[in-house]
Amino acid sequence: MALLEVNKLNISFGGLHAVAEVDFSVQKGEIKALIGPNGAGKTTLLNLISGNLTPDSGTVKFIDQEIQGLKPFQVAERGMARTFQNIKLFPGMTALENIMIGLHTKTKAGFWAGALNLPSCWKEERKIRKKALELMGLLEIVELQDVDAASLAFGQQRAVEFARALALEPTLLLLDEPAAGLNIYETAELAKLIAKVRDTGITVLLVEHDMSLVMDISDDIVVLSFGKKIAEGSPVEIQTNKEVIKVYLGEDDA
Amino acid sequence: MKKHFPIGVLLAVLVSVQLITQWTDTSYYLTQLTMSAYYSLVIIGLCLLMGYAGQISLGHAGFFAIGGYLPAALTTHNLLPHKDHLCVRILDGLGCLVEGVSLYGENILYVHPWPACLIAVSCAALIAFIIGTPVLKLKGHYLAMATLGLGTIIYRVFLAMEYFGEADGISEVPAFPLLPGLSVSGDFSDRTKNYYIACFLLLAGLALAVNLVNSRVGRAMRAIHGAEDAANAMGVNTARYKLNVFVLSAIYAAVAGVFVTHYNGGIGPSEAGVMKSVRYVAIVAVGGMGSLWGVLIMGILLNFLSLRGMFGSFDDAVFGVILIIIMLFAPEGLLRLKIWPKAKAFILGLTKGQRENSGTT
Repeated sequence: MALLEVNKLNISFGGLHAVAEVDFSVQKGEIKALIGPNGAGKTTLLNLISGNLTPDSGTVKFIDQEIQGLKPFQVAERGMARTFQNIKLFPGMTALENIMIGLHTKTKAGFWAGALNLPSCWKEERKIRKKALELMGLLEIVELQDVDAASLAFGQQRAVEFARALALEPTLLLLDEPAAGLNIYETAELAKLIAKVRDTGITVLLVEHDMSLVMDISDDIVVLSFGKKIAEGSPVEIQTNKEVIKVYLGEDDA
Repeated sequence: MKKHFPIGVLLAVLVSVQLITQWTDTSYYLTQLTMSAYYSLVIIGLCLLMGYAGQISLGHAGFFAIGGYLPAALTTHNLLPHKDHLCVRILDGLGCLVEGVSLYGENILYVHPWPACLIAVSCAALIAFIIGTPVLKLKGHYLAMATLGLGTIIYRVFLAMEYFGEADGISEVPAFPLLPGLSVSGDFSDRTKNYYIACFLLLAGLALAVNLVNSRVGRAMRAIHGAEDAANAMGVNTARYKLNVFVLSAIYAAVAGVFVTHYNGGIGPSEAGVMKSVRYVAIVAVGGMGSLWGVLIMGILLNFLSLRGMFGSFDDAVFGVILIIIMLFAPEGLLRLKIWPKAKAFILGLTKGQRENSGTT
């Protein structure tokens, strides 16, 4: 059964039809990749799914509920977490605090409880601090816990952002170019990590440029070009698809 | 608790200041200190909004004025001629009215300061809620402009309405009997008591704010400040948090307005003016935006200097200049200037050198 179903999704920016009549679905437990040349509309599509953008028409169904038009925080509450192409950590907060924000939906303390420093808050805080540290342990970044997010190295920032998304305990994890800026060793590590995440039961939808990563770990691939879906299938099918080769290598390959 | 330790230190400082003024026979300073403490309450609220949640407001003098004007009007206007009006009868039925004798010996009927205070603070909160919902969708300069507009409207309304005394403002506001034997008033005999009332209110406001910024809510606020869309994607209802902090900071300002007005025995339109809002923003900036303690110290210090008349007729100009200089040279606030660690290292180096010297001799 499909966990995520995208149906005839459309959005235009002025005269640009950025996403046109796109439909695809993500099955529970798989790693699905979204690829395409620059400007194909991959990130826009991801933003439409996560609620950062509202589609002009079409539906997005997540766990049997239509979620298009919901605010990002409502989508997050339903169990969808994401990372950003240009990493968006919270500067001025430590790596640990960044990850604890990922646990926001797992806690309840409101303004009154916080202002009065009620014992229920301490309990909650202790719980999510422990959980956040566990996640840092999983990603082997425990030693970064007290470092300001703004002063982390690039790869470390990616790791913290990844942990923050995992903290949400998502059913579906959206990754926007997780390998951008990583060298081949780091990319290989990332591939292992994504596979490990999938093995814990989290479904993954990733937008990626790095073909080796996509072909290695994806179960299924959607190819976009100029806002339209031009192919969908297993890595082998995609590698031999004429349309895809044309888009990536040009019309008249010598 | 580590984070509450400084509050204890502050309490000790405030008490010793009072004792020192008593011994040195300079207790007239307490008047300005009391008012500085109230103004600092506005600044703590604004610090939550600006420094932690990252949303600017150039309209907080408006909320302060709502907190000041409403009780002033409610506790000074004689309701006897309107005794049969429905609103008056409802207030009377709720036991909110008191009878008294005016300065000129006539019998008057007015609203008790407690319900007047509650009405004023709820009114400020309600206005912040209604205005904040659309306005907080704006960011940066646009939010500054919109809140500036809000402040200007509130200022003009108070200035234009006869009920609020137009350009003269309202005077002869009665004392605010908080508890039996304890009232907010400008009486000389109550000066020390009032100083401690202000200190208590300041410490309570500060303690709540310190708790809040160290809680889950404070973390979400700082996340909104850092990267609003990422916070939203992590499940933080950013619109609601921003609105709540805005309302909370308006409540801080309104409470300060109520107490200052009863303490001064009056309020005038200058308290609602835009330059007051600029002053609050300037003090938050000098204190270092996201630092409740820096903001508090600067709030007391600068307000005290201003109230003592140290800036003469250039009062508003001084705060304008302070804002410009801070934005240019120390956008993180005075206490976070890079010279402090250097100065500390320098002093440590000196004392170390001395120790070494004394070791060799």
